[in-house]
Amino acid sequence: MKVDASNPLWRFRGITSTAMFFFAYLYLPIVVLIALSFNENRLATIWTGFTMDWYVTALSNDDMLRAAQNSIVIAVSATVLATIAATLAAMGMSRGRFKGEAGVSAMLVLPLLVPEIVTAIATLLFFVALGIKLGLLTVIIAHTVFCIPFAYLPIRARLEGMDPALVEAANDLYANEWKAFRRVTLPLLWPGILSGAMLSFIISLDDFVISYFVGGAGATTLPIYIFGMIRIGITPEVNAVSAMMLIVSILFVSISFLIDRIRY
Amino acid sequence: MSEVVISAKSVGKTFGSGADKVTALDDVSVDIFQNEFFTMLGPSGCGKTTLLRLIGGFEQATSGQILLEGKALNDLPPYKRPINTVFQSYALFPHLTVRQNITFGLEMQGVARKQADDRAEEMLELVRLAQYGDRVPSQLSGGQQQRIALARALAPAPKVLLLDEPLSALDLKLRKEMQVELKRLQTETGITFVFVTHDQEEALAMSDRIAVMKSGEILQIGAPREIYEAPTHRFVADFIGDSNFLVGNLVDDGAGKRAVKLGGGQVIELTQDVSSQRSGEVTVSVRPERLGLVAESQAGDNQLVGTVSTVIYFGTDTTYQIDLGNDALLTVRMQNGSGAKADFAQGERVGITMSPDSIRVLAD
Repeated sequence: MKVDASNPLWRFRGITSTAMFFFAYLYLPIVVLIALSFNENRLATIWTGFTMDWYVTALSNDDMLRAAQNSIVIAVSATVLATIAATLAAMGMSRGRFKGEAGVSAMLVLPLLVPEIVTAIATLLFFVALGIKLGLLTVIIAHTVFCIPFAYLPIRARLEGMDPALVEAANDLYANEWKAFRRVTLPLLWPGILSGAMLSFIISLDDFVISYFVGGAGATTLPIYIFGMIRIGITPEVNAVSAMMLIVSILFVSISFLIDRIRY
Repeated sequence: MSEVVISAKSVGKTFGSGADKVTALDDVSVDIFQNEFFTMLGPSGCGKTTLLRLIGGFEQATSGQILLEGKALNDLPPYKRPINTVFQSYALFPHLTVRQNITFGLEMQGVARKQADDRAEEMLELVRLAQYGDRVPSQLSGGQQQRIALARALAPAPKVLLLDEPLSALDLKLRKEMQVELKRLQTETGITFVFVTHDQEEALAMSDRIAVMKSGEILQIGAPREIYEAPTHRFVADFIGDSNFLVGNLVDDGAGKRAVKLGGGQVIELTQDVSSQRSGEVTVSVRPERLGLVAESQAGDNQLVGTVSTVIYFGTDTTYQIDLGNDALLTVRMQNGSGAKADFAQGERVGITMSPDSIRVLAD
């Protein structure tokens, strides 16, 4: 890394050690978790030798695979629904000023701030009151709700950066509203949409609290399954599953980040 | 004059409502002719862009009508009007190549691919960027983007081309070049250009006719020479070029002609046809370069005299500020090397010469 000597940060002598302590604090537990997933010993905390066996065990565990499948079905469905809703919302919000705009804006991102446990209980009571049977569907609905702001923000940011004259130019050049959307707005918006979708997917995949509350017996997701495994005892298999989830998360977040950097 | 292409009839436009209501256009009527370079000139907020956007269909008029070749345009969306626009920001599609930008309009009109591509080449040649078809807009300079925006808007051969301050983002040298270029394009294509600008020099250089606008109204419409030499309003005289304003009383000179009697008693004869209904105090304008200076000894009886208060040498000409007394200042611009004596010193008493046809009585 190139260090700029004029950076005033270097006047603070302890900066290097502080930064190192900070990053260790953040990432050391994760590094340990990954390392121990290769541990031969059945007791996760005592290192005896290297093995890939736990990954094999995890990937041949039918319950784990079923949970993973549930998670993916939920994440994909919630992502698609949330992204469509978020795109429409962002388009509407960028159309022009209106009365109560600030309020609507706040409501759109409010799910980011409401304590998850509150949302979880409220949603559960809501489904029970309506008499909807808990299962995959209820989890998908609940996930869609909290994924919307994650999808909305990058899409909105893209729209904000878009010259409104572009759509006018398309209209001016004989493209009706739909064609202007398809040929100009959508192509310029897709990095934001994709980036929002990736974030939604990861947020849904990682969610525990809401899934735990509104998921019925048949809707065990991966985080819930891992939680269940831990209650029995921490084996390196848990570490292996966690490490795999981590890789998927990093992959999606990285892609989301890279897509969001696309500029014309 | 040839046929009317665009006709605005008592067009009004207001934004907002209640206390926030803003009148952008107030009962504007104007006819724009075929094959004309028509400019709407005025300061920001005068309504020129609003009128342009109404013609383009991006805004709806609150009252009145806009006609294209006699047919009302009011309810037609922009994509159904045979009118194209060059936007101030150019608004080139960043995700498309230059060629795709130019063929966009043709494609939307259902023109075959091959034909559209041929037309794009033709347009690229017209704007002298034949080699640039495969680039994307971000690889082009501001001036080049400007030309592509022109090519894109001209490709579908619209009946009218609207230009919304397209030169404002360019530096001075490029702007001058593009002025010539725009005029050439308009002559070559024979398309009616409706141009919006706040730059009076630009307007004078390119236009066949100029409409000078202020606060949502058109004050004067005329050829550049007419606007410059015979302004009807103080605002027009002030906005376009430099002007001196003198206050005097309208009188009859005894021989049936009208004249203006200034505060100091000098009488300036008028060649302008001023209604005999008008009387009392009026403001007249006169361009600094239409005034001359002579030594006080040579000044006639009826001539203005004053004292030179400042002398500014500009190379091609010299500008003098003449103090007429009573806080009245007059600016006189004299060309250097024109043969006439043109070196008066500060403090010198001088007589001011003016031709009657350069004196314009302004509307109230």
